Amino acid sequence: MKLPIFLDNHSTTPMDPRVLETMLPYFVEKFGNSASRNHAFGWAAEEAVENARKQIAKLIKADPKEIVFTSGATESDNLAIKGVLEMYREKGDHIITSSTEHRAVLDTVKALEGKGKATATYLPVDKFGMVSPQDVRNAITEKTILISVMLANNEIGTINPVKEIGKIAKEKGILFHCDATQGVGKIPVDVQDMGIDLMSFSAHKMYGPKGVGALYVRKKNPRVRIAAQMDGGGHERGMRSGTLPVPLIVGFGKACELCEQEMVSDTARLIAMRDRLEASIMKALEESYLNGHPTNRLPGNLNISFAYVEGESLLMGMKDIALSSGSACTSATLEPSYVLRALGVGTELAHSSIRFGLGRFNTDDEIDYTIKKVVEVVTKLREMSPLYEMAKEGVDLKSVQWAAH
Amino acid sequence: MAYSDKVVDHFNNPRNMGSFKKDEEGVGTGMVGAPECGDVMKLQIKVQNDTIVDAKFKTFGCGSAIASSSLATEWLKGKTIEEAQKIKNTDIVQELNLPPVKIHCSVLAEDAIKAALADYQKKSDGVQADAK
Repeated sequence: MKLPIFLDNHSTTPMDPRVLETMLPYFVEKFGNSASRNHAFGWAAEEAVENARKQIAKLIKADPKEIVFTSGATESDNLAIKGVLEMYREKGDHIITSSTEHRAVLDTVKALEGKGKATATYLPVDKFGMVSPQDVRNAITEKTILISVMLANNEIGTINPVKEIGKIAKEKGILFHCDATQGVGKIPVDVQDMGIDLMSFSAHKMYGPKGVGALYVRKKNPRVRIAAQMDGGGHERGMRSGTLPVPLIVGFGKACELCEQEMVSDTARLIAMRDRLEASIMKALEESYLNGHPTNRLPGNLNISFAYVEGESLLMGMKDIALSSGSACTSATLEPSYVLRALGVGTELAHSSIRFGLGRFNTDDEIDYTIKKVVEVVTKLREMSPLYEMAKEGVDLKSVQWAAH
Repeated sequence: MAYSDKVVDHFNNPRNMGSFKKDEEGVGTGMVGAPECGDVMKLQIKVQNDTIVDAKFKTFGCGSAIASSSLATEWLKGKTIEEAQKIKNTDIVQELNLPPVKIHCSVLAEDAIKAALADYQKKSDGVQADAK
């Protein structure tokens, strides 16, 4: 086993070596511009791009023509939301989204609101982080033109009832955008069955290269139109101009193909490791609380709050394991995770949260090491914690008058 | 963010971690911060003849908060009450090489020192009043 261990697979994933192999010829030998229609260099590039488009479409049960390449999921989210708002502004300006969306969605919606181009409803989530389809239905107004709800959350892994939301959107004739960045390649996604009209996802979250993503844009029932957000050569059916990054797209395609072929075995392995990690930690450490849905969540996700210890110090104590925390100290904003807060997790437990993100390349040995280390470090830091000491003495921490600063 | 070697050292080998009994003679206790803010420091001093003979801390917080309080206990030992009053958060920032986002950890440590000294003062004033 090699240290450090990478258990932060929600942030990004290592590229699968098989993906790299398929990309390599497209840097030096087959370097053509896929938009060059009149020579062999261009044809070779175009063929590679179209092959990748097929691989990607197959994974999400779409038509290859419905795939628009972007630089990643953030761009896809921006393009979908701003593109729809601009294209359909005569129909209305109301967006329904949820409070636990990724910042790429939330900040895009807020930016539109700030410019007076949109009005928005931010739906709450239940204690597991799930959006209620009934809430979506109730939030719809005559002005609603877009519903944007994520497939699976990046912090807690909770999977939303996307199919039910898709049905409501269809029934009401409202477009449905889904940020599926964490879900595609990890759990089955079927844009037809789920009633999704626009969907964002990214290669680097599924063992592909960084710098490339896609926006699925439905072509039939209904035919979705979006206003381009960049002017230029009119690539990607006019929706996203810019020369296509052929090697990245080839890698993206291969990554999708591998995810499709290996999803069943990957999932079984990840769930077994994740459940063992969860059970062992919970058994060894009292007052550890699972954040997110107990069962309906991403196979590789585990988010736990360890009462009485602060997240950043936990990460510091386990510096040979790459993890992430909802603690304010690890964020730029000095606020603890808004996702955990939306679930109703108390601020102090949000500060105490750790996200474990397991992926394709993690091993049982790494999980064993992590279990041992987590138990050791939490125990050590609790010994150091005045809150733990007070709780042990029977002091109700909520009754204490803290000198807030 | 990378931590300075001194922060890492204090975090891995905290000095004077632990607690005195609050009602023990000569002990002053300072508790500052709040769990919602992500840091709480408890700092205790034991005073004999106006000199701090021992100090202990317990901290809930990030590595820099733990290091700041650990360093504070190290500095407090052997100082008189008057000398202890002069410890400034900027001294802690300098010693631990804290980045700007972690300056509040040093402020909290200074507050904890002040609170412990005030608690000791209050207790000893009470004892003197009783004696009269």
